[in-house]
Amino acid sequence: MLEIRDLVVSVEGKEILKGINLTVRPGEIHAIMGPNGSGKSTLSSVLAGKEEYEINSGSILFEGEDLLEMEVTERAHAGIFLAFQYPVEIPGVTNATFLKSAINSTRKARGLEELSPVEVLKLIREKAKMLEIDEKFLKRSLNEGFSGGEKKRNEMLQMALLDPKLGILDETDSGLDIDALRIVSDAVNQLRDPQRSFIVITHYQRLLNYIVPDFVHVLHEGRIVKTGDKSLALKLEDEGYDWVKGGAEALI
Amino acid sequence: MSDSMMVLEDHTKSEYKYGFTSDIETEVIPKGLSEDVVRIISAKKNEPEFMLEYRLKAYRHWLTMVEPVWPNVDYPSIDYQDIIYYAAPKKKPELESLDQVDPELIKTFNKLGIPLEEQKFLTGVAVDAVIDSVSVKTTYKEKLGELGIVFCSFSEAVHEHPDLIKKYLSTVVPYTDNYFAALNSAVFSDGSFVYIPKGVRCPMELSTYFRINTANTGQFERTLIVAEEGSYVSYLEGCTAPMRDENQLHAAVVELVAMDNAEIKYSTVQNWYPGDENGVGGIYNFVTKRGLCAGVNSKICWTQVETGSSITWKYPSCVLKGDNSVGEFYSVAVTNNKQQADTGTKMIHIGKNTKSTIISKGISAGRSHNSYRGLVKIGKKAENAHNFSQCDSLLMGDRCGAHTFPYLEVENHTAKVEHEATTSKIGEDQLFYLQQRGMDMEDAINMIVNGYCKEVFNELPMEFAAEAQKLLAISLEGSVG
Ligand SMILES: Nc1ncnc2c1ncn2[C@@H]1O[C@H](COP(=O)(O)OP(=O)(O)OP(=O)(O)O)[C@@H](O)[C@H]1O
Ligand SMILES: [Mg+2]
Repeated sequence: MLEIRDLVVSVEGKEILKGINLTVRPGEIHAIMGPNGSGKSTLSSVLAGKEEYEINSGSILFEGEDLLEMEVTERAHAGIFLAFQYPVEIPGVTNATFLKSAINSTRKARGLEELSPVEVLKLIREKAKMLEIDEKFLKRSLNEGFSGGEKKRNEMLQMALLDPKLGILDETDSGLDIDALRIVSDAVNQLRDPQRSFIVITHYQRLLNYIVPDFVHVLHEGRIVKTGDKSLALKLEDEGYDWVKGGAEALI
Repeated sequence: MSDSMMVLEDHTKSEYKYGFTSDIETEVIPKGLSEDVVRIISAKKNEPEFMLEYRLKAYRHWLTMVEPVWPNVDYPSIDYQDIIYYAAPKKKPELESLDQVDPELIKTFNKLGIPLEEQKFLTGVAVDAVIDSVSVKTTYKEKLGELGIVFCSFSEAVHEHPDLIKKYLSTVVPYTDNYFAALNSAVFSDGSFVYIPKGVRCPMELSTYFRINTANTGQFERTLIVAEEGSYVSYLEGCTAPMRDENQLHAAVVELVAMDNAEIKYSTVQNWYPGDENGVGGIYNFVTKRGLCAGVNSKICWTQVETGSSITWKYPSCVLKGDNSVGEFYSVAVTNNKQQADTGTKMIHIGKNTKSTIISKGISAGRSHNSYRGLVKIGKKAENAHNFSQCDSLLMGDRCGAHTFPYLEVENHTAKVEHEATTSKIGEDQLFYLQQRGMDMEDAINMIVNGYCKEVFNELPMEFAAEAQKLLAISLEGSVG
């Protein structure tokens, strides 16, 4: 599904990702952990195609295609979905209008029939119910004045509606209360499917009790310094990052 | 400049979609302005003596005035002797059905997507179409007539309702008001007149489409709307113009009068030719629009969506004379390429408990300049006056400018005045977010811009709002992908 090879990325002349290798096969869930500023969001932005990042070297294949050659919109159509760490607010655009446009643009690009306003609304309501999102959020401006947790749940609503092949969750669990964490995790688990993969970025082992990963990677200073199974997350929770950081130096 | 900013720039380099000239025979008088020309105009229109006198007074006053200069607007000086001051379609109105209208004209309207046909009946809009300087067609006048509503061309009103014209003409905008108002008063060719009698609620939106059509014809439209006690009217003005090489001057005057408990809603969509990428050939739009809230509890609301013209100079204003009267101004002004806009409003509070609201949304793209200039004046006797102003500017790209000039004169300390202003760049993060969700660049920009303008679009009648959104998309669209 996804193959990242020796990826080196810089922003404003500063190297942030220093040779990332990562393979995600269909149906797998990969968790990425790592200290603040280690490059987790940078990696997810690069996967989604944000322009301000310079790709110095390396390659990314998505379903056999050269991802780096694709525009942001094309990547979305191809099935990459990024749940943002900080979802932006767009004043004056209602959540419903936005969702409708996102759903139909995506369907059109994937060769599916566009849905009528009634059908769209039905679909949105159905998924909103699953995520326990009150209908009044559909009429409000996109993310404007949403609480942190509400924004995150709204990201999950979008993911559920857009039917991605690869869902990247950038700290979706941060700022969620315990109930919301369970709701969000349930939503992800419902979307689990042999053909769908996830990259889950998190600081907390707790999330991984709900969304059980196949692999856990530790990103430190732009490199994946440790890979293991879910027990790695537990060890990190107990012991912190110091011991893997040491490992990083050992690698150089 | 980042890639997405460059795409944004491309995107905003679009061509004017309404550039064509229709071939209607016009009757023109030679170029130039003199007392004789003023007399000819008046004679051609068969005007009563009082109109000629008015025009001549205005002309003589105009001669004593100097053309104003504005710090933020820059254009080559206008040669007033190089303008044709009168042009009328040769075929005269007095038509009963559309079959009798010049087919070229119908074609023009169809190209513009203006449904002058029976569709208008179904949508309940009466249309008074102004091509060049003379009204050609007025629909549903009879239906309005049953309610005592007068909706006709200004020339017609001069003949059929001279008392009303005499009583109200120039009472809100005196010919001495400013250079362009004086010029308009001297040479105005035609326009619209609306009179809503006491207690009548006009059952349909009244709409006028202006269209500048003859090369080198200065357009001097005159509109007067009077709403008697307890009446209500919503008036729509929309316009597009054909592609042109030389700059064309447009200096209109609009006067509104609202009596006790009356309400006037005046909405404009302005899309005159903005000039090419370098600003060559666009319309100069110097307009004086003012409403007088003469009576208690009266209300005047201006809503405008300005996308066209190479230069716009326009301040729809409200004089809040009646106690408890309300003035509102909602504006979206878009400038692109080398367009310049200096627009805003004046809210003059005279009566007690008067209230005004100003919502201004400027959007600048290309190398354009967009200025908001607004005056809020609270007079000595305006106890408990209240104003709220919000002026937002949105920049698209790195080479455009937005400027805000709020002026405040408060002579009564009980006044409450609030002003908010923001300037933002169209966010790359916002664009990235929408694109990540599957929208292309164009849809993403339109969505953000429409969201930004929403408070203003909400004030427009439904159909007009849709038209305005389309227009905004067209003005900002370009060669993406
Ligand atoms: N646009 C940018 N301009 C300058 N520096 C940037 C930019 N984007 C990221 N960086 C820098 O790159 C480094 C990695 O940032 P990134 O957001 O990827 O970290 P992260 O691992 O997601 O951290 P956190 O856990 O705090 O979310 C940081 O030092 C950050 O300041
Ligand atoms: Mg991050």
